[in-house]
Amino acid sequence: MAKLEVRKGSKVFKKDGQTIYALQETNMQIEDKKFVSIIGPSGCGKSTLFNIIAGLLKPSTGHVLLDGHDIVGKSGYVGYMLQKDLLLPWRTILDNIILGLEVKGVSKKDGRKRALPMLQKYGLKGFESHYPNELSGGMRQRAALLRTLLYDKDVILLDEPFGALDAQTRLLMQTWLLKIWEDFKKTILFVTHDIDEAIYLSDEIYVMSHRPGRMKAKVTVNLPRPRNELTLSHDSFIQLKQDLLAMLKEEQVT
Amino acid sequence: MDGNDEHVDLTQSKIEFISKPDKEIETELEIEDETKKSRKTKRVALFGQIVLGIVIIALWEILTRLKVIDPYYWSSPSLIVQTGLQVLKEGSLYTDLLYTAGATILGFILGTIGGAILGLSFWWSSLYSRITEPYMVAFNAIPKLALAPVLVILFGIGFNSKVVLAFMMTIIVTALAAYSGVKAVDQDLERLLYSLGAKRYHVFSKVVVPTSMPWIVSSLKINIALSLAGTIVGEFISAQHGIGRMILYAGQVMNINLVWVGVVVLSILSIVMYFGTLYLEKWLLKGH
Ligand SMILES: Nc1ncnc2c1ncn2[C@@H]1O[C@H](COP(=O)(O)OP(=O)(O)O)[C@@H](O)[C@H]1O
Ligand SMILES: [Mg+2]
Repeated sequence: MAKLEVRKGSKVFKKDGQTIYALQETNMQIEDKKFVSIIGPSGCGKSTLFNIIAGLLKPSTGHVLLDGHDIVGKSGYVGYMLQKDLLLPWRTILDNIILGLEVKGVSKKDGRKRALPMLQKYGLKGFESHYPNELSGGMRQRAALLRTLLYDKDVILLDEPFGALDAQTRLLMQTWLLKIWEDFKKTILFVTHDIDEAIYLSDEIYVMSHRPGRMKAKVTVNLPRPRNELTLSHDSFIQLKQDLLAMLKEEQVT
Repeated sequence: MDGNDEHVDLTQSKIEFISKPDKEIETELEIEDETKKSRKTKRVALFGQIVLGIVIIALWEILTRLKVIDPYYWSSPSLIVQTGLQVLKEGSLYTDLLYTAGATILGFILGTIGGAILGLSFWWSSLYSRITEPYMVAFNAIPKLALAPVLVILFGIGFNSKVVLAFMMTIIVTALAAYSGVKAVDQDLERLLYSLGAKRYHVFSKVVVPTSMPWIVSSLKINIALSLAGTIVGEFISAQHGIGRMILYAGQVMNINLVWVGVVVLSILSIVMYFGTLYLEKWLLKGH
């Protein structure tokens, strides 16, 4: 059985007499502990799809199944890192990270005790009591991701987490994310518009069409793990990159 | 080859290292200490403030002594101190101050807290807030001090009516400020909290209240002046104690020096409250 399944999910917005098709009927089956990317032109409905899976948005049609149970319209069942880092500016990094625990009813003190070693292990040592505006973009993304991880759900949705970072930081963060994925054994759904990033990280890549988006292709990435800088110059990496580029190029014309 | 090899030879790309890595900056350089600098600026500013105060008081004294300005109306610092010590000795100034400060501070606290609660409550229902908002704006526009005679009759000539006036002066201003904060809440932060399984009260306590806090705090300083005005006008209308009553009485018997004592005491009271709110601000805005 698939860990997560989207069945005939679609979304239409109606506003000011206008009908906006945000997402066409979509089917996805994600297996447990896989790293799956979704790639597609901007505005094709990637964030909409994530909002539906996270239960923040009711789809116009369809269902979302987690371990076979319908979670459509119910929030709190998957970890979700939204497109912005959304750290609370008035809280320290440590207190930001324990937000999900606090909502669950864990006391601040216990939450901090649990979060501190994780924060130190995953590259935020020394930044515990800093405020978000004192951190670089990469550090903020790390904090936002650790917050999602500490919320401790099997499935984690990441919506273009590295989209705003420069190329060097991005590469560092990708390696960092792979390490976390290996350590925590989560199922990750990852939205990006960067082809290299999708190939480098994923087991599978879903390619979406231009808006209103639908799933156009599913690509299986057969590159050995663990991956590193050498992966980037691997023959099948380059081949896959060209195929995906061609596919996305078709989507740009219209 | 014809000696014209200006074309780029790709195989000739190379890397040259131009400095040794990790050489520490020499510590003998003189580096400006930023905290030291800002502390120095602060000291100079404080010094300037004190000097300016002394200059104003000295000018006041000298100009009234030279009769450049009429000491009958303007009194003078020395006369004010003299009169002040006299009423202090009689003991009445102390009681009056206690009444005025008590009513003002109580009205200030109740109005600020009540206003904050009222303004924040608008987050819970947009229907409720839409229905109420125009009435709040209208009530805020009423010159509430014009209602003072009614309130004094309603709540008696004692302490209570002054508190009610100070309260009415501050509550709506604070409520409108808090409501602006509520309107500024980031929808994405709300969504983030829901994605973490939060209920509405979590969003309220962890996002709405902290977001609105700077707005609420910004009304504190305005509320000092408003609550003080409420109390004084209440005392003008009818009271047995209070600085307002003392000023009114002094004016009626043409004791201008005593009027000035009242004004100075009120200024001191508002300065003390000002520093109190500065402290409160720091505490409320921890981390902002
Ligand atoms: N709340 C909304 N109301 C109306 N239209 C929306 C709303 N949210 C998204 N859309 C529209 O749906 C489409 C898909 O948006 P989105 O999922 O954010 O795309 P992506 O994340 O792939 O860039 C866009 O055309 C966007 O304008
Ligand atoms: Mg998006």
